[in-house]
Amino acid sequence: MKLHISREHLTNLLSEMIRIRRFEERCAQLYTEEKIRGFLHLYIGEEAIAVGVMQALEKEDTVFATYREHGHALAKGLDMNEVMAEMYGKLSGSSKGRGGSMHIFDYEKKFYGGNAIVGGALPMAVGVAMADKLMNRSHVTVCFFGEGAVAEGEFHESLNLAKLWDLPVLFVCENNGYAMGTALKYSESQQNIAAKAESYGLITRSVDGMNVVEVETAAIDAVKGIRNGSGPQLLECHTYRLRGHSMFDTQQYRSQDEVNQWLDKGPIAQMKSWLLANVYLNETEIQQIEDRIDDEVNAAIEFAEKSDFELVEHLTRHVYAEPLNMD
Amino acid sequence: MTTYREAIREAIRVAMTDDARVFLMGEDVGHYGGCYAVTKGLLDEFGEQRIRDTPLSESGFVGAGIGASIAGMRPIVEIMTVNFSMLALDQIVNNAATLRHMSGGQIGVPLVIRMATGAGKQLAAQHSHSLENWYASIPGIKVLAPATVTDARYMLAEALKDPDPVIIFEHVMLYNQEQELEPRQDDYNAFKASVARPGTDVTIITYGAGLSKALQVADQVSDKGMSVEVIDLRCLRPLDSEAIFSSVKKTGKVVIVDEAWLTGSLASEISAQISEHCLWSLDAPIQRVCTQEVPIPYPAHLEKAAIPQIENILQAVNFVSGTSP
Repeated sequence: MKLHISREHLTNLLSEMIRIRRFEERCAQLYTEEKIRGFLHLYIGEEAIAVGVMQALEKEDTVFATYREHGHALAKGLDMNEVMAEMYGKLSGSSKGRGGSMHIFDYEKKFYGGNAIVGGALPMAVGVAMADKLMNRSHVTVCFFGEGAVAEGEFHESLNLAKLWDLPVLFVCENNGYAMGTALKYSESQQNIAAKAESYGLITRSVDGMNVVEVETAAIDAVKGIRNGSGPQLLECHTYRLRGHSMFDTQQYRSQDEVNQWLDKGPIAQMKSWLLANVYLNETEIQQIEDRIDDEVNAAIEFAEKSDFELVEHLTRHVYAEPLNMD
Repeated sequence: MTTYREAIREAIRVAMTDDARVFLMGEDVGHYGGCYAVTKGLLDEFGEQRIRDTPLSESGFVGAGIGASIAGMRPIVEIMTVNFSMLALDQIVNNAATLRHMSGGQIGVPLVIRMATGAGKQLAAQHSHSLENWYASIPGIKVLAPATVTDARYMLAEALKDPDPVIIFEHVMLYNQEQELEPRQDDYNAFKASVARPGTDVTIITYGAGLSKALQVADQVSDKGMSVEVIDLRCLRPLDSEAIFSSVKKTGKVVIVDEAWLTGSLASEISAQISEHCLWSLDAPIQRVCTQEVPIPYPAHLEKAAIPQIENILQAVNFVSGTSP
């Protein structure tokens, strides 16, 4: 597989990851200021996966993600203002404020959530792929989920259906080692996730999910294969969540030492040092990227702050389809 | 004369012929011909892509139906019985019913799910329950219950036209029911109740398999000069409350027949709505004729005793009208 490792492309990968990181850090801050409420699951540490996989996709390819999906949404090209406004529950949010942090949707951008039932999106991804195949469209559907989802029946049902019907789906398992606070070894008899997928006949790849270029390469290979008719594939990305499961997490289940060990392996730290060492970018240029992203996030926060909440009178909207002439 | 089963099969056949986006999937719908033989012959006519046998993965294939409907298809998903639909509750409740709302109106789920429901075939406690009221309590989905051959024939097309998920409940005791298939009326509306028999003295509200029992009771008491109005709900969500209220305001006496367990039944909801909106029109306490609070037993005599029968309905009608049997 030939990768276009141009300076421009590498810079873009780094910027995309920093965009997500900075967005998440500000969300955490806004959470403590009580601007954002409910559950808030941060993608900090896992940015390379969404950014890497998204490089392999076309606009018309559908993405399903989990409740830790801010990063996927941004990487799929959703407007940062709208994603931030969704965090605030504002009408200008990507789901008009109805979903919040866990339910970001953009139908036009083919981003179908934001699904907070572990494993629940896999069958739907199978269905979208089925429709694409029946309609002779050459799209690929990507479904992101955590390693916790492999214990769900829906994981097994979906992989079986996808292979049985030879559907164009890429299952991306973000294996961060913990289903909330339960380590994989406490929940799975077979901890090799790729092996489970292989047992259903899927082609699998396991990569370092902290290395964006490695994720990208594997995703491009997988998506190319799927478009050429390989049937479904599974990409397992080994990663680590550098923050708690959600903002409520006191992290009793892991030591600070363990977290610290992963900090240096983080996808952004890793890529920055590589780019600096290989003289693709210098400190000043990285600073400029970070400044530009700070401006973008600040603008998104301002947009969210200034946006309106939906009128209480509209409470029961969006339950069923509405006539087009409703305001 | 047409059977209920034939009417549904014809509805599927016409829908699939008219619209290339329509396909049907479920357990044993193809090579076996359908657990209740509804889809017999359709595999030969439409092929494996469009009459698709699924593994026993209710959650998986219902979720796949949701995904396919989002992506532009018009799937009909068949679940063998309502009891098995419990394995797909996550997809139905957490996805089909919520996606439009969670996405702020962006993502509709134009999915049709058909399933068999109800008791009467001695299939015991994991194949015989009437749980449609559970689904009828969920915002975001619509619920239809055809009681006649005519509705069995025409409701499906209305469900497929609907931009939201629609569940169609087919009572197992109706599949062999034979009736004259009426032509589709121009103003046909699947989502409204109908007056199956007009009357002035007592209102019986029912749906599904309850309809023929209610009509038989109405016939019996008419010999004694009592005029019973029978309302066939047809659509369990949204409930056609106006049709219920207007009948109740006319008769002042209500019997609700529903094969669900009494506690928390749709009959309970209807009873509450009548109490809220028509209390001053009532001449007698509302009577609910529902299933006894027991999992459906296997032996025929116990199964019969568990679910609403003509004599229970008759007793309730006599009670509200102050007539001694």
